[in-house]
Amino acid sequence: MSIIRLHAAVALIGRFPALAGVDLEVGEGEVVLVQGPNGAGKSTLLRLCAGLMRLEAGEGTVLGRDLATERPAIRRSVGLLGHDTALYADLTVRENLDFWAKASRVDPAAVEPAMARLGVAERLHDVSVGLLSAGQRRRVALAAVVVRRPRLWLLDEPHAGLDPSGRDLVDQLVGDAAAAGATVLLSSHEVDRTLDLATRRITVAGGIITGDVSDAR
Amino acid sequence: MLADIRLVAAKDLRIEWRSRVTLSQVLPFALLVLVLFGFALDANRAVLDAATSGLYWITVLFVGLMSVQRATAIETTDGARRALLLAGIEPAAVFLGKALAVMVQLLFVELVLVGGVIVLFDASVESLPLLVSTCVVATVGIAASGTLLGALVAGVRARETVLPILLLPVLAPVLIGATRAFDDALGTVAVDGWAWLGLLAGFGAINTVLGALAYGVLLEET
Repeated sequence: MSIIRLHAAVALIGRFPALAGVDLEVGEGEVVLVQGPNGAGKSTLLRLCAGLMRLEAGEGTVLGRDLATERPAIRRSVGLLGHDTALYADLTVRENLDFWAKASRVDPAAVEPAMARLGVAERLHDVSVGLLSAGQRRRVALAAVVVRRPRLWLLDEPHAGLDPSGRDLVDQLVGDAAAAGATVLLSSHEVDRTLDLATRRITVAGGIITGDVSDAR
Repeated sequence: MLADIRLVAAKDLRIEWRSRVTLSQVLPFALLVLVLFGFALDANRAVLDAATSGLYWITVLFVGLMSVQRATAIETTDGARRALLLAGIEPAAVFLGKALAVMVQLLFVELVLVGGVIVLFDASVESLPLLVSTCVVATVGIAASGTLLGALVAGVRARETVLPILLLPVLAPVLIGATRAFDDALGTVAVDGWAWLGLLAGFGAINTVLGALAYGVLLEET
């Protein structure tokens, strides 16, 4: 089954075509590395697949749902780690994750294990997010994705700002998600690192896919 | 829907409680404005008496502006608006929750400001039910229209300066209606304050419905 299917997909940022006719099909359980230079359209591709951007032309489905008409349903089913962490600085780590769990209709009991997994339990449990380092905030944001247990993970530069142990943790999370049957689309400039994780590598440049290598390893 | 409204409102109020922005910045600012109005008009007591209601509501509008800017910044600072879309909460619930939180903060400040005009301007309350009703109904309108316009300018780079330009003219009916109703409640001018309350109720209802309907589009597009 295709988890992502895009045909001649166009997405605009303002009037600029950030994606200018993308064809892409991603199957269940694939781990796809999206690479390309800055401004190539990697983040836009992830946001389009998350249902956060309008499909201006072309067609596409994500998790079997139409990108043109069923974006709210798509959004509820994916887990996106973007450049922003979407955390409230004046709330504690636990309060942030509790809020996002309840907002996403996820059992709040999933929060504690996710915090432990990301190494933000115990000492950081009751610390305001505003007091955390950028790397720690990134870990909390990843925990928020883990709590949702999505079928499709969309990770935009997941290693950015993390220390070596945090980067290893991201790799483990991606591996575990794929082993559990989830599909992962991740953009990263750390190609050497992510090539070990990816089953496929696509290259984006100028808003189109210029390269697609299966079995990237 | 009600659970989501409660969730969003509780989150915003908890953030406010932690940051103490209303207590430590907005409230002192509001009292300072009242004091300065008092300094400016104290020499002519009759003018100050006649202008008390208007000065009170101008101060409330300034406070409302600050509260709305703060409520907007909570969601825009670190991309939480997008996460709200991903979470799948009904946009109407987000709107109503945020407006409710703004309303609670504003009502707290308004309560203190009523004490301020009584102490500083020597005002007296002749109709407490009308005074309380005016505060509640006018605040619904301020919170609803402010939250809606806050979402409209959320994606604008200079939103801190754009929001007042958009919001203050929109709130003109609130300023007029609430001032007239307060004139009656404080006994400074012989008008039918309850009739003006009807205008405020209409304004509040229209903006609440409009906000609940339009907030989703604004979340998507800004």
